Amino acid sequence: MTIQSRLADLRRHAPRPLSTSVALATGLTPGFAVYEAPFGEVAVSFTPSGIRSVRLTSEVDPLALEAQPPSAWAKAIPRALEEGRPGRLPLDLASLTPFRRSVLAIAATIPKGEVRSYGWLARHIGKPGAARAVGSAMATNPVPLIVPCHRVVRSDGHIGAYSLGGAQNKWVLLRHEGADPDELEELAASGVRFLASRSTGMCCVPSCRNARRITARHLEVFPSESAATNAGYRPCEVCRPFD
Amino acid sequence: MMDDLCNRLADNLDDAFGEVVTMLADDVYSGLRQMAGLHEAEDLTQETFIRAYGALRTYERSRIRHLRLRGWIWTIALNLGRNHARDRSRRPTPVALEDRHAVHDPEPPDSAAWNRRLSALSPTLRTAVVLRHVVGLDYADIAEATGRAEGTVKSDVHRALRKLRSIMEEEA
Repeated sequence: MTIQSRLADLRRHAPRPLSTSVALATGLTPGFAVYEAPFGEVAVSFTPSGIRSVRLTSEVDPLALEAQPPSAWAKAIPRALEEGRPGRLPLDLASLTPFRRSVLAIAATIPKGEVRSYGWLARHIGKPGAARAVGSAMATNPVPLIVPCHRVVRSDGHIGAYSLGGAQNKWVLLRHEGADPDELEELAASGVRFLASRSTGMCCVPSCRNARRITARHLEVFPSESAATNAGYRPCEVCRPFD
Repeated sequence: MMDDLCNRLADNLDDAFGEVVTMLADDVYSGLRQMAGLHEAEDLTQETFIRAYGALRTYERSRIRHLRLRGWIWTIALNLGRNHARDRSRRPTPVALEDRHAVHDPEPPDSAAWNRRLSALSPTLRTAVVLRHVVGLDYADIAEATGRAEGTVKSDVHRALRKLRSIMEEEA
């Protein structure tokens, strides 16, 4: 045997997982991992650029491979799911329009246990007429739980629909984080949009943490912004109800 | 076949890149085993393709169309063989780690002997002879990979073979 042919015999097949590793590491194939949510399991998919989607485990992207997320995110993912905000976790939202990205960015600022309306979000991105478009951005939010679209309710105050497994999951999530969806529904049904405190002179959306501190003796309720401002109330600085 | 793949890479990098891995993974893995060591080879091969993808993303289409792909991938692999910087913490990794070792080819009985013989060569001669005879590159691809003239590479390979022959005679 020549040296040349003995050298040629040193050729080996690359180990099989190599192409999978490369596909995951380049982001050409998204990876996914399963996490516990208050209503059951969810599949979180990711590329090296960030989190790409949160879906029910029955609806995982068929192209995604079960994978370990980058170790730098191992703790950040469950924390983001539990807190309902991305924190430092990067999101891979490059495929969304700038409008949708800005809606998600504002929605991510809604505090745990509180809700805001589509109209409130529309005003906060500087497009007060866009409540309907905001609703559709929420309905197609690729990263529910992490961007907490469960905290965004109809402009009339009703809890409304939810994309991740249906409206009942929105109720489960809101209860889980200390909100009272039954009470919010009752207020909405009776036309109450704002709660005000006679002692502070402040007016809030019903789920604002300041609104929840108003005692029954000081509470005044209003169906509209104009009714509240005509009565002399100032907007709360936490929930900024009229912005 | 490589030219056709380069055209498809230029047209749609993301769709065609998987074929680059399929086509060249054995090349890169086999060569790195003899240059960087059996244990490093798998990681470095993976890293080579990750960097290759990153580089191709920054290239103009016309540059991709005219790449000598088989040699070019080695410009990256050789660089990595010299410099192991990696950042694994930012990457998703496959879940089925226990499968990783089940699919390795069996080692040839004289694998350790060849490792020792090749280690006795200077890095330049070892690279040349491994790329020519283990990986199977032609001289033009080796010239592309190493940045040396084709004639020089040819003489490197001949000198390496002569040296190996004398090492083996000493053994016998």
